[in-house]
Amino acid sequence: MDANVTPVPVTPTLKADVRDLDFYYGSFHALKKVTMPVYERKATALIGPSGCGKSTLLRCFNRMHDLYPGNRYEGGGIVLHPDNTNLLAHGVDPIEVRMRISMVFQKPNPFPKSIFENVAYSLRVRGLRNKSELDDRVEAALKGAALWKEVSGRLSELGANLSGGQQQRLCIARALASDPELILFDEPTSALDPIATASIEELITELKEKVTILIVTHNMQQAARISDYTAYMYLGEMIEFGITDQLFIKPQKKQTEDYITGRFG
Amino acid sequence: MSNTLSLSEPSVADLSVSDRLRKKASRHMKERVIESLLFLAAAMSVLTTIGIIYILVKESYVFFQMVPLSDFLFDTQWTPLFDDAHYGIMVLLSGTITSSVVALLVALPLGTIIAIYLSEFAGFKTREIAKPFLELLGGVPTIVYGYFALTFVAPLLQKIYPDLPGFSLLSAGLVMGIMIIPYVSSLSEDAMRAVPMSLREGSYAMGATRLQTALRVVMPAATSGIASAYILGISRAVGETMILAVAAGMQPNLTFNPLESGATITSYIVQVALGDLPHGSIGYQTIFAAGLTLLLITLAFNLLGFWLRKKYREVY
Repeated sequence: MDANVTPVPVTPTLKADVRDLDFYYGSFHALKKVTMPVYERKATALIGPSGCGKSTLLRCFNRMHDLYPGNRYEGGGIVLHPDNTNLLAHGVDPIEVRMRISMVFQKPNPFPKSIFENVAYSLRVRGLRNKSELDDRVEAALKGAALWKEVSGRLSELGANLSGGQQQRLCIARALASDPELILFDEPTSALDPIATASIEELITELKEKVTILIVTHNMQQAARISDYTAYMYLGEMIEFGITDQLFIKPQKKQTEDYITGRFG
Repeated sequence: MSNTLSLSEPSVADLSVSDRLRKKASRHMKERVIESLLFLAAAMSVLTTIGIIYILVKESYVFFQMVPLSDFLFDTQWTPLFDDAHYGIMVLLSGTITSSVVALLVALPLGTIIAIYLSEFAGFKTREIAKPFLELLGGVPTIVYGYFALTFVAPLLQKIYPDLPGFSLLSAGLVMGIMIIPYVSSLSEDAMRAVPMSLREGSYAMGATRLQTALRVVMPAATSGIASAYILGISRAVGETMILAVAAGMQPNLTFNPLESGATITSYIVQVALGDLPHGSIGYQTIFAAGLTLLLITLAFNLLGFWLRKKYREVY
């Protein structure tokens, strides 16, 4: 077997790195000194049992926690490259962060708008009004999300009329439309049937050619199938981070091994 | 064992079980009594509505035997108590429409803005303090609003516009608008708060600001609830009585100018019902025709609201 052949001929570029990040929900210490890199144009998966903090970590990247009172980032940070700025610093506008780091949610959440307007949303909030440019970019985003063929004839229909899998691809198109540097996926297939899941996974594999991907998943097979790097978290701590193949075949930590072999979690 | 459905003869051990499962006469009775009481309570409101409609239609029929419908709809004077009697409902309707438009110009924008603020911008504490105050506004007796309009708002408006009469549709309408604000804001806010957080998160995650999220995602998602709130506000405005009776003057006046005084359908009904017109006289009969008109207007808005709710039902 060639399992020992390490597939890293070129060192990947760092897109973001989490450094000693502490996060609290009120008094609950949800992330404890978490450190991990995110590599450019790679898919990084966050795995771990429920409540381990993987979604919490993901939502730090686009400052989603700012929406709710009582949440605190404390110490450490997430440094975005190449500008080398800490996303969590006080002077950083969360809206600017979200303009660059987009997100796809667990349950498809299309807006109560037409398919076109759903995708155009992220462009319109940036002030883009030019009709032909909107048309072009919506089309490009829908093509990027492998949805164009199915919806090109009915862009004015409500997004909610699509099937679950199509709705999720619509949400991916919406996230793609503004050309983000990083897309966060929060268990994007957990509400979908196996066929829709397969199409989303295929899509993510294609997307990582162009954009950096960070994905939370409950499904270890999914992490193994689509990610280049995997991080295993437990109780708010980063237990192990590594190249996906290596982490699944030869985990360094006993805890990781117990989890991925199904002895726990 | 004629009333059991067992396929085979029950054994001795099973007898107690089937005994226990059999309907108990006493419990059955109790259930029936409770059901009847509940039905009666529900039937009460339906019967009342039917009764009201019956009386209105019956008495209006008497009225329309004496006054042709075309006079009622197209005459430009409303003088049922004069010797030269005219029965043009448009005169009263114009007062109702004018005062309602003034009220709604106040209540709908302000109510919506308050709802957006409370639902999307205000912190928990602000909301908990502001909401009871707002609801208090809806609990003030309308007669108090009437005197507020007459003794405070009208003189204030006269400082800006000296020619304004003491009784005017404008001052009554403005105060009526303030009265309606809580109905509009409270229902709209409920509708907006019912919009799932996941939609807001989706909007924020795309880089939207709070205002963009409120106006472009939350409000469209809450359209049906907001439409219901508006319809309720309109119905309140059309049906409001005391404020207009006190502050708008009661002279029937065919005008759409809020700077004049005028009577509305409701204030006219108060006037006649309180007066000493003999029952059965045509003057007395007019209030049923006016009441029926009012009912038809409110019914139309309720139907519109029903249709809007169906058309824009929440699709999240």
